[in-house]
Amino acid sequence: MSAGPHDHEHGHDHPHPTRPDADENLGYYQVMEIALRELLIEKGVVTAAELRQAVEAMDSRSPAQGAKIVARAWTEPDFKRRLMADGTAAVRDFGIDMGTTRLFVVENTPQVHNLVVCTLCSCYPRMVLGLPPDWYKSRNYRSRAVREPRAVLKEFGTEIADNIELRVHDSTADMRYLVLPRRPPGTDGWSAERLTDLVTRDAMIGVALAKEPAAQG
Amino acid sequence: MSAPSGDAAPARFRPGDRVVVRRAYPPGHVRTPWYIRGHEGVIAQALGAFPNPEELAYARSGLPAQPLYRVRFQQRAVWPGYAGRPQDTLDIEIYQHWLEPAPVAAR
Repeated sequence: MSAGPHDHEHGHDHPHPTRPDADENLGYYQVMEIALRELLIEKGVVTAAELRQAVEAMDSRSPAQGAKIVARAWTEPDFKRRLMADGTAAVRDFGIDMGTTRLFVVENTPQVHNLVVCTLCSCYPRMVLGLPPDWYKSRNYRSRAVREPRAVLKEFGTEIADNIELRVHDSTADMRYLVLPRRPPGTDGWSAERLTDLVTRDAMIGVALAKEPAAQG
Repeated sequence: MSAPSGDAAPARFRPGDRVVVRRAYPPGHVRTPWYIRGHEGVIAQALGAFPNPEELAYARSGLPAQPLYRVRFQQRAVWPGYAGRPQDTLDIEIYQHWLEPAPVAAR
Protein backbone atom coordinates (compact mmCIF):
# COMPACT_ATOMS: atom_id res chain seq x y z
CA MET A 1 0.00 0.00 0.00
CA SER A 2 1.36 3.35 -0.94
CA ALA A 3 0.96 6.47 1.13
CA GLY A 4 -2.26 8.27 0.33
CA PRO A 5 -5.37 9.72 1.85
CA HIS A 6 -5.78 6.57 3.95
CA ASP A 7 -2.28 6.55 5.34
CA HIS A 8 -3.51 7.65 8.73
CA GLU A 9 -4.38 6.09 12.06
CA HIS A 10 -7.50 3.93 11.89
CA GLY A 11 -8.38 3.76 15.54
CA HIS A 12 -11.92 4.88 14.78
CA ASP A 13 -14.73 2.71 13.49
CA HIS A 14 -16.82 4.98 11.30
CA PRO A 15 -17.95 3.30 8.10
CA HIS A 16 -16.07 4.33 5.00
CA PRO A 17 -18.45 4.79 2.09
CA THR A 18 -17.49 2.68 -0.87
CA ARG A 19 -18.54 2.84 -4.48
CA PRO A 20 -19.40 -0.45 -6.11
CA ASP A 21 -17.22 -1.47 -9.03
CA ALA A 22 -18.59 0.11 -12.16
CA ASP A 23 -18.80 -3.22 -13.99
CA GLU A 24 -21.31 -4.76 -11.61
CA ASN A 25 -25.01 -4.95 -12.44
CA LEU A 26 -24.90 -3.92 -16.05
CA GLY A 27 -28.02 -2.14 -17.23
CA TYR A 28 -29.95 -2.99 -20.35
CA TYR A 29 -28.24 -0.36 -22.53
CA GLN A 30 -24.78 -1.24 -21.22
CA VAL A 31 -25.34 -4.86 -22.20
CA MET A 32 -26.64 -3.76 -25.60
CA GLU A 33 -23.59 -1.54 -26.12
CA ILE A 34 -21.21 -4.38 -25.31
CA ALA A 35 -23.10 -6.79 -27.56
CA LEU A 36 -23.09 -4.34 -30.46
CA ARG A 37 -19.43 -3.45 -29.96
CA GLU A 38 -18.40 -7.11 -29.92
CA LEU A 39 -20.44 -7.82 -33.04
CA LEU A 40 -18.89 -4.90 -34.92
CA ILE A 41 -15.43 -6.12 -34.00
CA GLU A 42 -16.18 -9.77 -34.84
CA LYS A 43 -17.61 -8.78 -38.23
CA GLY A 44 -14.54 -6.68 -38.96
CA VAL A 45 -16.46 -3.38 -39.23
CA VAL A 46 -14.17 -1.70 -36.71
CA THR A 47 -11.23 -2.88 -34.66
CA ALA A 48 -10.85 -2.67 -30.91
CA ALA A 49 -7.87 -0.36 -31.45
CA GLU A 50 -9.96 2.03 -33.58
CA LEU A 51 -12.62 2.20 -30.90
CA ARG A 52 -10.00 2.84 -28.24
CA GLN A 53 -8.46 5.59 -30.38
CA ALA A 54 -11.86 7.24 -30.87
CA VAL A 55 -12.46 7.29 -27.12
CA GLU A 56 -8.95 8.61 -26.53
CA ALA A 57 -9.43 11.36 -29.13
CA MET A 58 -12.75 12.39 -27.57
CA ASP A 59 -11.22 12.51 -24.11
CA SER A 60 -8.39 14.72 -25.43
CA ARG A 61 -10.81 17.46 -26.55
CA SER A 62 -11.48 20.13 -23.97
CA PRO A 63 -12.88 23.64 -23.56
CA ALA A 64 -9.31 24.94 -23.95
CA GLN A 65 -9.75 24.43 -27.71
CA GLY A 66 -12.86 26.57 -27.70
CA ALA A 67 -11.15 29.25 -25.62
CA LYS A 68 -8.43 29.61 -28.24
CA ILE A 69 -11.05 30.02 -30.96
CA VAL A 70 -12.91 32.70 -28.99
CA ALA A 71 -9.73 34.58 -28.07
CA ARG A 72 -8.65 34.64 -31.70
CA ALA A 73 -12.08 35.92 -32.76
CA TRP A 74 -11.73 38.71 -30.18
CA THR A 75 -8.35 39.77 -31.54
CA GLU A 76 -8.60 39.11 -35.29
CA PRO A 77 -11.63 40.70 -36.99
CA ASP A 78 -10.99 38.77 -40.16
CA PHE A 79 -11.01 35.43 -38.35
CA LYS A 80 -14.18 36.44 -36.53
CA ARG A 81 -15.88 37.19 -39.85
CA ARG A 82 -14.92 33.75 -41.14
CA LEU A 83 -16.01 32.08 -37.90
CA MET A 84 -19.44 33.72 -37.96
CA ALA A 85 -19.95 33.01 -41.67
CA ASP A 86 -18.86 29.36 -41.60
CA GLY A 87 -17.75 28.02 -38.23
CA THR A 88 -17.07 24.56 -39.61
CA ALA A 89 -14.50 25.88 -42.09
CA ALA A 90 -12.95 28.41 -39.70
CA VAL A 91 -12.14 25.90 -36.95
CA ARG A 92 -10.17 23.76 -39.40
CA ASP A 93 -7.45 26.35 -38.69
CA PHE A 94 -7.26 24.67 -35.27
CA GLY A 95 -7.21 21.16 -36.71
CA ILE A 96 -10.84 20.58 -35.70
CA ASP A 97 -12.96 18.40 -37.97
CA MET A 98 -16.68 18.75 -37.21
CA GLY A 99 -17.41 15.39 -38.81
CA THR A 100 -20.99 15.08 -40.00
CA THR A 101 -22.18 18.12 -38.05
CA ARG A 102 -21.66 21.85 -38.64
CA LEU A 103 -20.45 24.44 -36.21
CA PHE A 104 -22.72 27.44 -35.83
CA VAL A 105 -21.34 30.32 -33.80
CA VAL A 106 -23.74 32.73 -32.11
CA GLU A 107 -22.37 36.03 -30.87
CA ASN A 108 -23.32 37.78 -27.67
CA THR A 109 -23.79 41.50 -28.19
CA PRO A 110 -25.02 44.43 -26.09
CA GLN A 111 -28.50 43.53 -27.43
CA VAL A 112 -28.56 39.71 -27.40
CA HIS A 113 -27.38 36.99 -25.03
CA ASN A 114 -27.32 33.44 -26.39
CA LEU A 115 -27.90 30.22 -24.47
CA VAL A 116 -27.53 26.68 -25.85
CA VAL A 117 -29.52 23.61 -24.88
CA CYS A 118 -30.52 20.34 -26.51
CA THR A 119 -33.99 19.45 -25.27
CA LEU A 120 -34.17 16.20 -27.24
CA CYS A 121 -30.90 14.61 -26.14
CA SER A 122 -27.47 16.11 -25.51
CA CYS A 123 -26.22 17.65 -28.79
CA TYR A 124 -23.12 19.62 -27.93
CA PRO A 125 -20.11 20.87 -29.91
CA ARG A 126 -18.02 17.92 -28.73
CA MET A 127 -15.45 18.26 -31.48
CA VAL A 128 -14.67 21.73 -30.10
CA LEU A 129 -15.35 21.51 -26.35
CA GLY A 130 -15.06 17.78 -25.61
CA LEU A 131 -17.71 15.96 -23.61
CA PRO A 132 -20.54 18.03 -22.14
CA PRO A 133 -20.87 18.57 -18.39
CA ASP A 134 -23.35 16.26 -16.65
CA TRP A 135 -25.80 19.05 -15.91
CA TYR A 136 -26.07 19.80 -19.64
CA LYS A 137 -27.53 16.33 -20.13
CA SER A 138 -29.84 16.48 -17.11
CA ARG A 139 -33.60 16.55 -17.59
CA ASN A 140 -33.73 19.56 -15.30
CA TYR A 141 -31.51 21.74 -17.51
CA ARG A 142 -32.90 20.42 -20.77
CA SER A 143 -36.51 21.16 -19.87
CA ARG A 144 -36.04 24.39 -17.94
CA ALA A 145 -33.48 26.15 -20.17
CA VAL A 146 -36.17 26.63 -22.82
CA ARG A 147 -39.09 27.22 -20.46
CA GLU A 148 -37.52 29.60 -17.91
CA PRO A 149 -34.04 30.46 -19.15
CA ARG A 150 -33.61 33.57 -17.02
CA ALA A 151 -34.35 31.61 -13.85
CA VAL A 152 -31.86 28.92 -14.89
CA LEU A 153 -29.19 31.54 -15.62
CA LYS A 154 -29.77 33.09 -12.21
CA GLU A 155 -29.02 29.72 -10.62
CA PHE A 156 -25.70 29.79 -12.48
CA GLY A 157 -25.09 33.24 -11.01
CA THR A 158 -25.70 34.97 -14.32
CA GLU A 159 -28.05 37.94 -14.49
CA ILE A 160 -29.08 39.13 -17.92
CA ALA A 161 -30.23 42.74 -17.97
CA ASP A 162 -33.93 43.34 -18.56
CA ASN A 163 -33.30 45.21 -21.81
CA ILE A 164 -31.29 42.40 -23.40
CA GLU A 165 -32.94 39.80 -25.61
CA LEU A 166 -32.26 36.32 -24.27
CA ARG A 167 -32.12 33.95 -27.22
CA VAL A 168 -32.21 30.24 -26.50
CA HIS A 169 -30.95 27.83 -29.15
CA ASP A 170 -32.51 24.39 -29.00
CA SER A 171 -29.93 22.26 -30.76
CA THR A 172 -32.12 19.69 -32.48
CA ALA A 173 -30.50 18.78 -35.76
CA ASP A 174 -27.29 19.18 -37.75
CA MET A 175 -25.88 22.37 -36.20
CA ARG A 176 -23.68 22.44 -33.13
CA TYR A 177 -23.75 25.77 -31.31
CA LEU A 178 -20.86 27.66 -29.79
CA VAL A 179 -21.48 30.96 -28.03
CA LEU A 180 -18.99 33.73 -28.75
CA PRO A 181 -19.05 35.61 -25.45
CA ARG A 182 -18.52 39.37 -25.22
CA ARG A 183 -14.95 40.41 -24.65
CA PRO A 184 -14.66 41.64 -21.07
CA PRO A 185 -13.86 45.31 -20.44
CA GLY A 186 -10.38 46.18 -19.28
CA THR A 187 -8.64 43.81 -21.69
CA ASP A 188 -7.52 46.30 -24.34
CA GLY A 189 -4.21 45.33 -25.82
CA TRP A 190 -4.26 41.82 -24.40
CA SER A 191 -2.83 39.06 -26.53
CA ALA A 192 -5.04 36.20 -27.68
CA GLU A 193 -3.05 33.87 -25.46
CA ARG A 194 -3.73 35.97 -22.37
CA LEU A 195 -7.42 36.36 -23.24
CA THR A 196 -7.78 32.58 -23.44
CA ASP A 197 -7.75 32.40 -19.63
CA LEU A 198 -10.96 34.45 -19.49
CA VAL A 199 -12.98 32.07 -21.69
CA THR A 200 -14.65 29.26 -19.78
CA ARG A 201 -16.68 26.30 -20.97
CA ASP A 202 -19.81 27.73 -19.36
CA ALA A 203 -19.35 31.04 -21.19
CA MET A 204 -19.28 29.13 -24.49
CA ILE A 205 -22.56 27.37 -23.60
CA GLY A 206 -24.03 30.71 -22.54
CA VAL A 207 -24.78 29.97 -18.89
CA ALA A 208 -22.06 32.42 -17.87
CA LEU A 209 -20.17 35.44 -19.16
CA ALA A 210 -16.46 35.50 -19.87
CA LYS A 211 -14.42 36.16 -16.75
CA GLU A 212 -13.39 39.72 -16.00
CA PRO A 213 -9.69 40.44 -15.54
CA ALA A 214 -10.11 41.28 -11.84
CA ALA A 215 -11.59 37.86 -11.18
CA GLN A 216 -8.40 36.22 -12.36
CA GLY A 217 -6.63 36.44 -9.05
CA MET B 1 -22.31 18.54 -45.50
CA SER B 2 -25.46 19.09 -47.48
CA ALA B 3 -26.43 16.65 -50.16
CA PRO B 4 -26.02 17.46 -53.86
CA SER B 5 -28.81 19.76 -54.94
CA GLY B 6 -30.21 17.11 -57.29
CA ASP B 7 -31.09 14.97 -54.28
CA ALA B 8 -32.62 17.78 -52.27
CA ALA B 9 -36.22 18.88 -52.02
CA PRO B 10 -36.61 22.46 -53.30
CA ALA B 11 -36.69 25.12 -50.60
CA ARG B 12 -40.19 26.50 -49.96
CA PHE B 13 -39.29 29.23 -47.48
CA ARG B 14 -37.04 32.25 -47.23
CA PRO B 15 -35.81 34.31 -44.30
CA GLY B 16 -38.62 36.45 -42.94
CA ASP B 17 -41.39 34.01 -43.97
CA ARG B 18 -43.92 33.21 -41.25
CA VAL B 19 -44.39 29.49 -40.73
CA VAL B 20 -46.32 27.12 -38.49
CA VAL B 21 -44.85 23.89 -37.17
CA ARG B 22 -47.03 20.92 -38.08
CA ARG B 23 -49.04 19.49 -35.22
CA ALA B 24 -48.19 15.87 -35.93
CA TYR B 25 -47.07 13.08 -33.63
CA PRO B 26 -45.40 10.33 -35.66
CA PRO B 27 -43.24 7.76 -33.89
CA GLY B 28 -39.53 7.45 -34.60
CA HIS B 29 -36.38 9.55 -34.55
CA VAL B 30 -38.13 12.91 -34.85
CA ARG B 31 -36.03 16.05 -34.36
CA THR B 32 -38.92 18.46 -33.92
CA PRO B 33 -39.56 19.03 -30.19
CA TRP B 34 -43.11 18.34 -29.03
CA TYR B 35 -43.42 21.67 -27.26
CA ILE B 36 -43.04 23.65 -30.48
CA ARG B 37 -45.57 21.77 -32.62
CA GLY B 38 -48.47 23.97 -33.65
CA HIS B 39 -46.56 27.18 -32.92
CA GLU B 40 -45.87 30.01 -35.32
CA GLY B 41 -42.40 31.38 -35.98
CA VAL B 42 -40.35 33.25 -38.53
CA ILE B 43 -37.62 31.80 -40.75
CA ALA B 44 -34.40 33.31 -39.41
CA GLN B 45 -32.05 31.52 -41.75
CA ALA B 46 -31.99 28.82 -44.42
CA LEU B 47 -29.19 26.35 -43.71
CA GLY B 48 -29.23 24.24 -46.87
CA ALA B 49 -30.49 20.69 -47.26
CA PHE B 50 -29.60 17.72 -45.08
CA PRO B 51 -30.50 14.04 -45.35
CA ASN B 52 -33.68 13.47 -43.35
CA PRO B 53 -32.69 12.11 -39.91
CA GLU B 54 -36.08 10.43 -39.52
CA GLU B 55 -35.03 8.21 -42.44
CA LEU B 56 -31.33 7.93 -41.61
CA ALA B 57 -32.24 6.48 -38.21
CA TYR B 58 -33.62 3.43 -39.99
CA ALA B 59 -30.61 3.02 -42.28
CA ARG B 60 -32.41 4.52 -45.26
CA SER B 61 -30.80 7.11 -47.52
CA GLY B 62 -32.56 10.17 -46.10
CA LEU B 63 -32.95 11.42 -49.66
CA PRO B 64 -34.23 13.65 -51.00
CA ALA B 65 -32.44 15.84 -48.47
CA GLN B 66 -34.73 18.19 -46.59
CA PRO B 67 -34.05 21.91 -46.41
CA LEU B 68 -33.29 22.86 -42.82
CA TYR B 69 -34.16 26.23 -41.31
CA ARG B 70 -33.44 28.10 -38.13
CA VAL B 71 -36.89 29.20 -37.05
CA ARG B 72 -37.30 31.97 -34.47
CA PHE B 73 -40.16 31.92 -31.99
CA GLN B 74 -41.29 34.49 -29.45
CA GLN B 75 -40.99 32.94 -26.00
CA ARG B 76 -44.11 34.74 -24.80
CA ALA B 77 -46.15 33.05 -27.52
CA VAL B 78 -44.69 29.59 -26.87
CA TRP B 79 -45.10 29.34 -23.11
CA PRO B 80 -48.21 30.42 -21.21
CA GLY B 81 -47.15 32.73 -18.40
CA TYR B 82 -43.55 33.05 -19.64
CA ALA B 83 -41.73 34.81 -16.82
CA GLY B 84 -38.83 36.27 -18.80
CA ARG B 85 -38.79 39.45 -20.86
CA PRO B 86 -41.14 40.14 -23.77
CA GLN B 87 -38.26 40.34 -26.27
CA ASP B 88 -36.88 36.86 -25.44
CA THR B 89 -36.68 34.42 -28.33
CA LEU B 90 -36.13 30.76 -29.07
CA ASP B 91 -34.32 29.49 -32.18
CA ILE B 92 -34.86 25.91 -33.32
CA GLU B 93 -33.62 24.04 -36.37
CA ILE B 94 -36.59 22.54 -38.14
CA TYR B 95 -36.73 20.51 -41.35
CA GLN B 96 -38.96 21.79 -44.11
CA HIS B 97 -41.39 18.86 -44.06
CA TRP B 98 -42.40 19.98 -40.55
CA LEU B 99 -43.30 23.51 -41.67
CA GLU B 100 -46.34 25.04 -43.32
CA PRO B 101 -46.86 28.66 -44.37
CA ALA B 102 -48.56 30.60 -41.58
CA PRO B 103 -52.16 31.48 -42.38
CA VAL B 104 -52.68 35.12 -43.31
CA ALA B 105 -53.94 36.86 -40.19
CA ALA B 106 -57.62 37.80 -40.38
CA ARG B 107 -58.17 41.55 -40.25
